[in-house]
Amino acid sequence: MGVPHLLVHDERDNVGVVVVEGLAAGTEMLCVITANNQDFSLVAAQSVPIGHKIALQDLRAGDTVIKYGEDVGLLYADAPRGSHVHTHNLKTKRW
Amino acid sequence: MSASREIWGYRRENGRVAVRNHVVILPLDDISNAACEAVANNIKGTLALPHAYGRLQFGADLDLHFRTMIGTGSNPNVAACIVIGIEPEWTRKIVDGIAATGKPVSGFSIEQNGDIATIAAASRQAKKYVHWATALLRERCQLEELWIAAKCGESDTTTGLASCPTVGNMYDKLIPLGAYGCFGETTELTGAEHLCKARAATPEVAEKFIRAWQAYQDEVIEAYKTSDLSDSQPTKGNIEGGLTTIEEKALGNLEKIGKHVRYIDVLEPAEAPSKGPGLYFMDTSSAAAECCTLQAAAGYVVHVFPTGQGNIIGNPIMPVIKLTGNPRTARTMSEHIDLDISGVVRRELTIPQAGDLLIDMIATTANGRCTAAEALGHREFVMTKLYRSA
Repeated sequence: MGVPHLLVHDERDNVGVVVVEGLAAGTEMLCVITANNQDFSLVAAQSVPIGHKIALQDLRAGDTVIKYGEDVGLLYADAPRGSHVHTHNLKTKRW
Repeated sequence: MSASREIWGYRRENGRVAVRNHVVILPLDDISNAACEAVANNIKGTLALPHAYGRLQFGADLDLHFRTMIGTGSNPNVAACIVIGIEPEWTRKIVDGIAATGKPVSGFSIEQNGDIATIAAASRQAKKYVHWATALLRERCQLEELWIAAKCGESDTTTGLASCPTVGNMYDKLIPLGAYGCFGETTELTGAEHLCKARAATPEVAEKFIRAWQAYQDEVIEAYKTSDLSDSQPTKGNIEGGLTTIEEKALGNLEKIGKHVRYIDVLEPAEAPSKGPGLYFMDTSSAAAECCTLQAAAGYVVHVFPTGQGNIIGNPIMPVIKLTGNPRTARTMSEHIDLDISGVVRRELTIPQAGDLLIDMIATTANGRCTAAEALGHREFVMTKLYRSA
């Protein structure tokens, strides 16, 4: 297996984390689920900085984002598969 | 790694193992900082710890002040201590507290003496302590005799993928051998509090954790929040690094306690652990300097600090070992990083392998290797204050 572009903590997650610098839109990403070492591929819809999240499936406003197999907040705008998920579309349910 | 290993440390009067050998000049209060700094300037090899507080505090806040002062002077990494205060009574209280460890400690007070005479007398005593402390020899100790604290800072998503699980792996390996561990950051467990509660050793400890966590939500956040805490938690650096919500940050943070070890008690800020070897949760701020200062005051002698975007924190008496799993940070801020484990996100390094590298770095640091923060002069000593003074 080569060096992954995107790491996913848990098979239940609907987002993954970019772990390479300079990821360009259109890149076919090697994605690895760290919990079970399974890999899959996904095309990045946008250029996304290292450390930032990408939707693994088409997500809609009102959906709960799952990472570590846990609830990490509520989408308030749609996030199509392969697109950037961050403060522009995701917010905490706590504060 | 499961076998025990030897390190070279200082064995203190109370049996505790130290990895540093400081002669500290400790001010009781803010107005004694100048005298302490003058003594530290006079006598090379001493370390003044100026801070902002100590006047007109009362109740639990005053208790925390004394606990932090006495705890700092009592830390095994402090070989001997000079205490200087404006008046003799509270100065003596701190001296007596530190003296319970058996280490050399002397107090000086300024009223009716003035700064200059106080500085002269304290300098003479400090010089004696430096000669005594520098003649001490390191001796063979066991790695698992160390008290190792952890806190993460300027976290990003690589923290939860790499550097925090590496710390967790180290705790899973060393705590069963008899090491002491400590994690804190009460607010920063929001979103993972249910998982943290489930990792308590007993239902009583779990309830104690939830009480501390809920008290912060009720007494601080609900009392002082504006629209939300999103401008501070996550921090601007966290957001730059890709963390979006407190829940996401908390889940990464909690990776520091590994997969197996359970915490055996919940400590007040700066409270020394009293239930024997094991992992402890301490009710602390998530601000790095405050948290590290409280953990050092509780007696921890080494600190492991996972960072994503590159927090540069250090502590004056407790070496802070920085590790990062972010390849960009490892490259752009290399002078702050003791251990680069970015191979984890490239899948070149497993978490157990990274954990072994961290254990090696802890041993090397304990033997005397200067950390990045020590070499760069990071000595952030920041007291936690609970409320306004009288």
